[in-house]
Amino acid sequence: MEQQKEDDGYMNKKAESITRMIDIPYGLDHSKKRYPVRGFTRDKLVEMILMLSAAIFILAIIVISIFIFARGVPLIYKVGISDFLLATEWNPTKGMFGIATMFVGTLAVTMVSLLWAVPLGVATAIFMAELAPAKIGRLLGRLVELLAGIPSVVYGFFGLIVIVPFIRENLGGSGLSVMAGAVILGIMILPTIINISRDAIVAVPLEYKEGSLALGATHYQSIARVILPAARSGIITAVILGMGRAIGETMAVVMVTGNSTIIPNSIISPVRTMTSNIVLEMGYASGDHQSALFATGVVLFIFTVILNLIVNLSLKAGKNYASN
Amino acid sequence: MRATKNGDKILTGLFWLMALVIVGILFSIITYIAVRGLPGISLDFIMQPPSRAGKEGGISTTIVSTLYLTAVALLLAVPLGVAAAVYLEEYSKANSKFAWVVNLTAETLSGVPSIIFGLFGFVFFVIFLGLGWSIISGGLTLAIMILPTITRTAQEAILSVPREYRENSLALGASKWQTVYRVVIPPALPGIVTGIILSIGRAIGETAAIILTAGSSLNMPLSLSDPARTMSVHLYILAMEGISMERAFATACLIIILIIIINYLATLSLKGLAATK
Amino acid sequence: MERKIKIKSRDVSVFYKDFKALHEININIEVNKVTALIGPSGCGKSTFLRTLNRLNELIEDTTTQGQVYIDEHPIYNKDTDVVALRQRVGMVFQKPSVFPMSIYENVAYGPRIHGIKNREQLDEIVENSLKAANLWAEVGNRLNSPAARLSGGQQQRLVIARVLAVEPQVILMDEPASALDPISTARLEELIGELKKDYTIVIVTHNMQQAARISDYTGFFLNGELVEFSITDEIFVNPRDKRTEDYITGRFG
Repeated sequence: MEQQKEDDGYMNKKAESITRMIDIPYGLDHSKKRYPVRGFTRDKLVEMILMLSAAIFILAIIVISIFIFARGVPLIYKVGISDFLLATEWNPTKGMFGIATMFVGTLAVTMVSLLWAVPLGVATAIFMAELAPAKIGRLLGRLVELLAGIPSVVYGFFGLIVIVPFIRENLGGSGLSVMAGAVILGIMILPTIINISRDAIVAVPLEYKEGSLALGATHYQSIARVILPAARSGIITAVILGMGRAIGETMAVVMVTGNSTIIPNSIISPVRTMTSNIVLEMGYASGDHQSALFATGVVLFIFTVILNLIVNLSLKAGKNYASN
Repeated sequence: MRATKNGDKILTGLFWLMALVIVGILFSIITYIAVRGLPGISLDFIMQPPSRAGKEGGISTTIVSTLYLTAVALLLAVPLGVAAAVYLEEYSKANSKFAWVVNLTAETLSGVPSIIFGLFGFVFFVIFLGLGWSIISGGLTLAIMILPTITRTAQEAILSVPREYRENSLALGASKWQTVYRVVIPPALPGIVTGIILSIGRAIGETAAIILTAGSSLNMPLSLSDPARTMSVHLYILAMEGISMERAFATACLIIILIIIINYLATLSLKGLAATK
Repeated sequence: MERKIKIKSRDVSVFYKDFKALHEININIEVNKVTALIGPSGCGKSTFLRTLNRLNELIEDTTTQGQVYIDEHPIYNKDTDVVALRQRVGMVFQKPSVFPMSIYENVAYGPRIHGIKNREQLDEIVENSLKAANLWAEVGNRLNSPAARLSGGQQQRLVIARVLAVEPQVILMDEPASALDPISTARLEELIGELKKDYTIVIVTHNMQQAARISDYTGFFLNGELVEFSITDEIFVNPRDKRTEDYITGRFG
């Protein structure tokens, strides 16, 4: 029997819906159900509602940006951008709005916290990913999750009651200091650094490690020379995200750093960060004073958004590369 | 450079030490607060309202405020967040620009510091929309803050549902929406619930944004427009103004207990995911 | 003898972006018979199967040209009700994929989504479908237990019961036995032999012996083309095209 291309006129037949020709299943008529709103099927309606929900994120970021900038940028212009960022005098009653001291304060606390949290965090990540027996690794993971769940006020409180007196008695000063802030902040960003670094290390293809071991290298040599370099971009991401968290942290820092608007000259010197400034003075600020706090918020916002974009946009590129 | 056996042993010891440091940090914080805080937690403490600005009495109003605020935030964020996740994973095309932008803004939003949300909530909800310092202002602000987490965990949960379920459902003549809510969402539920539980933890501990939007009144909040002070805000004020260290410890201890419970519930929920397979 | 044709394809071509996966396929599927589609991996037989219930459209950047007629009604038209089409043309996939629900709910899924709510009606449909799929005897007393606990062969029969529950007229099968052990496969083939009395079956298989065992007609696909289509006995004993002969005698594939 041969396949025949019959000229049976089907091509010319007028198109008709399959439902109208074939008997309706179970005798149920679907036509009303499919078009609850004129012109739109139920499925199309659902899709539109869901799409609008997704659009909320875009809406949120736009509205937040608009309102924060609208409230803060005019003041930056009024004071002058270099005066705002570089002047060291913050005196709202006299109309002086220089945030340099607080900028340095944020920088100081953040950098010192990274100094000790990054090595410890990455080391813990290596431990969890490569060295610890599976059960211990999982247990440690759960403990890190717990650490991540403790609210900043509780950390601040602990810092105030335990860390601050400790510093006061052993290093001098009032205890409310850059050091106290760095210690507490470090604890708070450890989970971020640990989790993201660990993910990066785990993502390194097994073949790299096996290849290295097959050549006679020890486990540690393989870690140092092959795994860590391969995980480098992920670890850098972890550090950047940790830094972002540290910069944005408010409650814990305001409780332990003393909040003096001076440029810290030592590690036991008190300091005020940009975030602390906002939360301390918003309660009673008005007019230009309040605008200046918003302006500080603008600086923080721009900083963290840029940091985030760097991570996310390079992550996308990194992901594409890794999947090859 | 040759690796030495002793060198390796020292390294291993060092790594174990560092892991122990992490554990030590966690335990010292929890035990210290528990030791000094547990004695202060009594039935009275939980049921009595604060008096004399928190110097005496309990923290009942703050507990209610915390629950109320969290509930409002969840009511808004969960449907929106899950809907967004469903759209992103089930409806949007593979290289849709819109989906890419949404994902990017969600990630960016999750990196914005809480104080910025506080400023926004203040200028937008409290002032611009005229809602004043209230549960609704705080709840709306909190909702925006937890939205990215809920969507992200929901997305992951939906992604893990096997592709075959959808294929088979559609081949039986189901519409896309029927497929989604009958065969995709149910198995994804444990993951979605985990995300919600984690968001509750975040909501309980949030302070900076709440102070600027829900106020700090110690009265019992009776309606959405009443101001409210949550437990975390109360802890902050008690500690910073030195009102009552005893009550501060008890409050901190209660908060930690809640966080531990929530953390445990979240791991249970994840295990629930494994159990249904 | 008048042979009634259930499905006709006319110049059906399928493109994945720019790649032409199917080249103008013309085929007639006879009613209440088993038609097997054979060929080496990647030859397009599964792709063609999916044009019959428009499942290709799930994959992005896919274009279909030509037309398919079921009972002489074209199915690639703007106002074709795809839901009704898929109720009429059921599909069984290679991997037996049961929904994470009870056995009862799996089978009742189809009728439910098409609007049947009455419990007695559903009970009846579930029982009849499971009986028709030769599964009732084994699971009739535990309909509420999770479907995931069934063996591979049982799950595949459950999938068939699920398809039967929507009262299709055509059943498409995409390598339904390739994930099963020999005994389950034999039972499945036996079931197919029974089902063809009431349904039109089109089965894609990479197992030539299976095609020879159970099908009435066989089509041989190669590189997106339908090389030969004939009564099964003829195609295996007396293939007309050299490529068919090479494939059947195992020279490639």
